[in-house]
Amino acid sequence: MTRVVAWARGFAPTVVALGVALLVTALFILIIGENPLAALRALFDFGESPTAQANSLGVWINRAAPLFLSGLAVSVGFRMGLFNIGVEGQYRIATVIAAGVGAAIVAPAPLHVLVIILVAMLAGAAYAAIPAVLKVTRGVSEVISTIMLNSIAIGIAAYLIRRPFADPDLGEGENTTTRDLPESGRIPGINDLFGLLGLEEPRRPVYGFVFIAILVGIVMAVVLSRTRFGFELRTSGLNPSAATANGVSASSMTIKAMVLSGALAGLVGLPELLGESFRFSGESFVAGYGFTGIAVALLGRNRPLGIAGAALLFSFLDRAGPRLQSEGIPPAAVVIMQGIIVLCVVIVDEIGRRRLLRAEERRARVEDPQTVTEEVAS
Amino acid sequence: MRRVMKLAAGFAAAAVMLAGCASDDDGDAGTSETGGSEDASVGLAFDVGGRGDLSFNDSAAAGIERAADELGITFQELSPNEDGSNRADLLRQLADEGHNPVIGIGYAFGADMDTVAAEYPDVQFVRIDGGPSELENVAVMTFADEQGSFLMGVAAALKSESGMIGLIGGNEGAVINAFAAGFKQGVAAVDPAIQVQDQRLAPGEDARGFDDAAGARVAAEAMYQSGIDVIYTPAGQSNIGTFQAAAAADAWAIGTDSDQWETAGDPELQAHILSSMLKRVDNAVFESVSTFLEEGALESTAYDLSTDGVGYATSGGFIDDITDQLDDYKQQIIDGEIEVSRTE
Repeated sequence: MTRVVAWARGFAPTVVALGVALLVTALFILIIGENPLAALRALFDFGESPTAQANSLGVWINRAAPLFLSGLAVSVGFRMGLFNIGVEGQYRIATVIAAGVGAAIVAPAPLHVLVIILVAMLAGAAYAAIPAVLKVTRGVSEVISTIMLNSIAIGIAAYLIRRPFADPDLGEGENTTTRDLPESGRIPGINDLFGLLGLEEPRRPVYGFVFIAILVGIVMAVVLSRTRFGFELRTSGLNPSAATANGVSASSMTIKAMVLSGALAGLVGLPELLGESFRFSGESFVAGYGFTGIAVALLGRNRPLGIAGAALLFSFLDRAGPRLQSEGIPPAAVVIMQGIIVLCVVIVDEIGRRRLLRAEERRARVEDPQTVTEEVAS
Repeated sequence: MRRVMKLAAGFAAAAVMLAGCASDDDGDAGTSETGGSEDASVGLAFDVGGRGDLSFNDSAAAGIERAADELGITFQELSPNEDGSNRADLLRQLADEGHNPVIGIGYAFGADMDTVAAEYPDVQFVRIDGGPSELENVAVMTFADEQGSFLMGVAAALKSESGMIGLIGGNEGAVINAFAAGFKQGVAAVDPAIQVQDQRLAPGEDARGFDDAAGARVAAEAMYQSGIDVIYTPAGQSNIGTFQAAAAADAWAIGTDSDQWETAGDPELQAHILSSMLKRVDNAVFESVSTFLEEGALESTAYDLSTDGVGYATSGGFIDDITDQLDDYKQQIIDGEIEVSRTE
């Protein structure tokens, strides 16, 4: 029972933040002279025909999967007090290498997919190891180095699809891409599952990778809360000096956390690669998940379950973008709403933290009037 | 804390009240576009950036608005999200809502449009710009970028005093490569000795180079300092950076897509915009709609110099002295005496 209460109390600030965000967005929509209630209706409008509804549901799931993985990758860094802005570059490198290697090898179906996933994780981890080593050996801030590496990743990816991974059958004057993954290297969509649940089947493939993403989330939840590594990671993040005093090496934890973060980042591009595009090309590659992942991790408070919820919320809003446009509301409304939600959560969290501190202070004074507490900001 | 909560509560109440007021008089406006005599309703999906880019999308918007005025059609427009990942969903939504034809602006709709068109065989899809499609219900309106660029190359070579010419492109994708190839052939047609310095703002097919005015300005400043006195700039919204550098260096720049002398608006910049390669996206959109209304079907069409699908702008009057020569080259291209290649 107490656990349920504690859980509800932990969840309450998010609900408050969501409410405030909705109100602020409504105000914004009023200012531009549109109807907020119509916008709210459009937000929950999944379309009229059963096919359109199934399509919307598919879009929702498809967008949530990469956002969840990206949020997860960022959160591992956050837990340790590292700001990995490089998820963006890490997943670009990982996706292009996975696409290139996947198209080059021949293997039976489950093994082929497994190899592609491992290659992507290794590539992401290796690219994330660069800022980690720079930080540990030379003291370079990971914020700076990962931002720079994001730009470098774009160049490397463009080179890789032009030279070693280029599709040799491309005609002159066509944009370069990698070759298509063979059938054995693809993950079939879960559209049939919609039929089993009594829904119409969506027209676009719904990524089967979503189950792998869920599995990864569960593994991460266990690793973070039930293993020695998870404990050391959290300790290093909460109190670095205490961790060091207890024999946790800060530099080895930095490298481990960044490498794990990079390995998770390597998965971000795979739902699309293995489920729909089957190849890497500059124009179809969806960039930006790495940055949105930062907001998703913040909103989910760096906990896997929270991140899953945040990813679902973000993709739910993204999905509504075109519907809002039908109501005459610019697509920027969605971006504004997402931004305000994150802002509200951060503010509400901070208010909650200060309240907790003051309550603690009061309790200490009551128990021992001699206690001198440092003044906390009001 | 309590004060914060009070404030929040008051704020929330005010917002709800305002929302209530608005819903009274707003009704369900916003969904209706121009009411027309015909019941044809056109769906239009913009490229990333949507309306207001002063270039490609705005040209398409001008075309659809002209169609609404002159043909009495209604239309619904949608813009993709920032990363362009929902292009296919926009097309599906437009088809689901019963719009026909459904028009996608920009080559990036390529694969997505083919996928969606296969799902809706009864709907006519139109792609403005981009590669060919094998589907019967997809008509692709292509532009001979290389032909228009050829003429700009001729103009640059004739106007350059230093004999050094530059090009600042958005990226290394196939479309910009065609611009660059045509331009260089035009320069070489006047003076084969001139080397064109070719610089791109982003590697590969990365689209960020089309929205990097600062990068364009740095690149252009370096070029002008090295003695280059004309720069051709197929780089979308980045072009403004090149124009600023041209004004600062008192040299020439050549715009693309729209008549950028008009869109730049600022007299200081206008004095340095020699000409612009016009890509008549508006014509392609308008003609797609009107042909579809008349015939119920659409064929893929190439917009080139012979149909005035591409051309050049004379605003500012800076190239009035060479239009005879330009038109001479234009005629030779139309007659097939000069063949302009899309690749170098």
